[in-house]
Amino acid sequence: MTDVTQPPGAAATLRRWWQRTSRPAEAAKRVQFDRPLLPWLFLMPQLAVIFVFFYWPSVQAITSSFYLEDPFGFGASFVGLDNYRDALGSAEYRRIAGFTALFTALVTALSLGLGLLFAVKADKVIRGRSTYRTALISVYAVAPPVAGLMGMMLFDQHIGPFVTLAAKFGWTMQVGINYWDTAFAMILVSVWKQVPYNFIFFLSGLQGIPASVREAAVIDCKNGFTRFRTAILPLLAPTAFFLLIINITYALFDTFAVIDVMVKDKPANNPITLVYKVYNDGFRGNDIGGSAAQSVILMVVVLVLTLVQFRWLERRVHYG
Amino acid sequence: MASIDISNVSKTYPGASAPSVSDINLSIRDGEFIVLVGPSGCGKSTLLRMVAGLEDITGGEVHIGDRLVNRVDPADRDIAMVFQNYALYPHMTVRENMAYGLKNRRTPATEIESRVAEAARMLELGPYLDRKPRALSGGQRQRVAMGRAVVRQPAAFLFDEPLSNLDAKLRVSMRGEIRRLQKRLGTTSLYVTHDQLEAMTLADRLVVLNAGRIEQVGAPLDIYHNPASTFVASFIGSPAMNLIDAEIRGSSLHIGATEVPLGSMQAAQGPVTAGIRAEDLQVTGHGLPFRVDFVEELGAQRLVHGHVEGQPLTLALTPDAALHDAFHLSIRPGALHLFDTRSGRRLPQPESGVFASRVLA
Repeated sequence: MTDVTQPPGAAATLRRWWQRTSRPAEAAKRVQFDRPLLPWLFLMPQLAVIFVFFYWPSVQAITSSFYLEDPFGFGASFVGLDNYRDALGSAEYRRIAGFTALFTALVTALSLGLGLLFAVKADKVIRGRSTYRTALISVYAVAPPVAGLMGMMLFDQHIGPFVTLAAKFGWTMQVGINYWDTAFAMILVSVWKQVPYNFIFFLSGLQGIPASVREAAVIDCKNGFTRFRTAILPLLAPTAFFLLIINITYALFDTFAVIDVMVKDKPANNPITLVYKVYNDGFRGNDIGGSAAQSVILMVVVLVLTLVQFRWLERRVHYG
Repeated sequence: MASIDISNVSKTYPGASAPSVSDINLSIRDGEFIVLVGPSGCGKSTLLRMVAGLEDITGGEVHIGDRLVNRVDPADRDIAMVFQNYALYPHMTVRENMAYGLKNRRTPATEIESRVAEAARMLELGPYLDRKPRALSGGQRQRVAMGRAVVRQPAAFLFDEPLSNLDAKLRVSMRGEIRRLQKRLGTTSLYVTHDQLEAMTLADRLVVLNAGRIEQVGAPLDIYHNPASTFVASFIGSPAMNLIDAEIRGSSLHIGATEVPLGSMQAAQGPVTAGIRAEDLQVTGHGLPFRVDFVEELGAQRLVHGHVEGQPLTLALTPDAALHDAFHLSIRPGALHLFDTRSGRRLPQPESGVFASRVLA
């Protein structure tokens, strides 16, 4: 990070990161357009998609978060920051935010850790390597609601093998009834679903490390773990950094389906995350304004998290 | 500082039907510079990697010093390796790259400091110590890789085609640098290359490998002047030695319709392969009829490609020699090599004194 010519700030960091990751393509693909409108025309389809599915709903959410909306769409009254005050002031909201933080931290750490572990192990397999890899990757093809359903069956009170297993250790597992049992199942299924994704990236990252660098390290360092930590892991840092951001986003948003299957139609007092509460309040409770305020809060949190990561973590990442 | 003894070493890769390296015997004296040379796929890198411990040894034994190292971890073999694509750690500075191996061996920090400084001075890497490898040129990177080997002060250096990624000019200067460094440190070195020129210029002794076996071991000039087989003859020397189908009848060599007297009765009779280096052919008034196809100008000499009695032949001439479409050639006394046509092995050579090269048309 010796480049100090760029102005400081998150946007500049992002831009620099982008320039660095896309450097080889940049030189080759720089094309001069003589008519200024043409490049915009080429960008149109992409911009249209982003606009319709991201900017417009975002603006809608921000607008509605300042209104108290009639549940049946008969009008809205401006309430200023009341929706935000209500959300942040509520003890329930803070409890769910706390659980979301725990859930996100655990899911991210476990799926990154297991993905890396499997990738390192699978990378060493020579005989039957494609069988192992396919077996590990195939889970990624399972759709999140299906994964949730499978998880539900595995943890079912009557037929779930996990419950039977837990009972052998004297643990009466009651997913859907007991708060922490449900949390355990939710985390397990979410991790299981995400590990293959991390596995693919870590594996390809490992294979991008030249064999001779590894061999040089074998000669230079006898201890396998130290060698991995000092010579291999730093070369995986760009992959790990990318995956960290993706995994946090996954844990915050994409686990929705898993959570939905696990807690829907179950007695109350089950753990849910913030994004599920947004859905619950908005579409079950018909509190559009409050729900919009919550989703804006969530958006800000993710934005800040991502920027912090770029700002602080990215400095330590070495791009080959 | 140590000798390396390779005895009956073989390597068969799992699933392969034939061994990649078979039954290699080689003993390397302390401080010697040995070059393994051969075409790609001849097993030279495999042999080197078995000494390094990066490949398992299927059969035979490798001793470094008086220690059997077959089952010893690469890090404990007391060797340092220089790789073709440098294999520097991209996330470490030059200094850290060089210090890494020492640090893992728990060398005291002051000792590391002084060894790195010494290596940097020797390899003129001082100004680059705090740079990352990506900010260096190819030649500088290879010097760092050598520095990494030097600071370890190992029993042996192993070089795996270290100059192949450099451009021709840099290769020549780095070649000199490697030789100088090795002479100065006196460290036993095993060097793999497919470039016969590199092999000739660097080696104390040359090991020519072909299809996993040793064809010949010897000092570069010995091998150049007395190649043990047609393979060695065609591999060592540039341009490659001319190999011509001929026949020995009595005391003379017949190349097509031309007869070359050898002076005395030959032990070998019948078809042979005659080897003649391009520079051992002389233009005379009569002799082997040579027709010119094309000429390559190299500046210091010119290579004339053509054929004699329907067989291709290359001739090296001084640039001031006159060029014609056809020449008559004679073979310089003592410069004719005879090989068995079938096995390619060297045959007992005609006595050079008697073979005074009066070539008859």
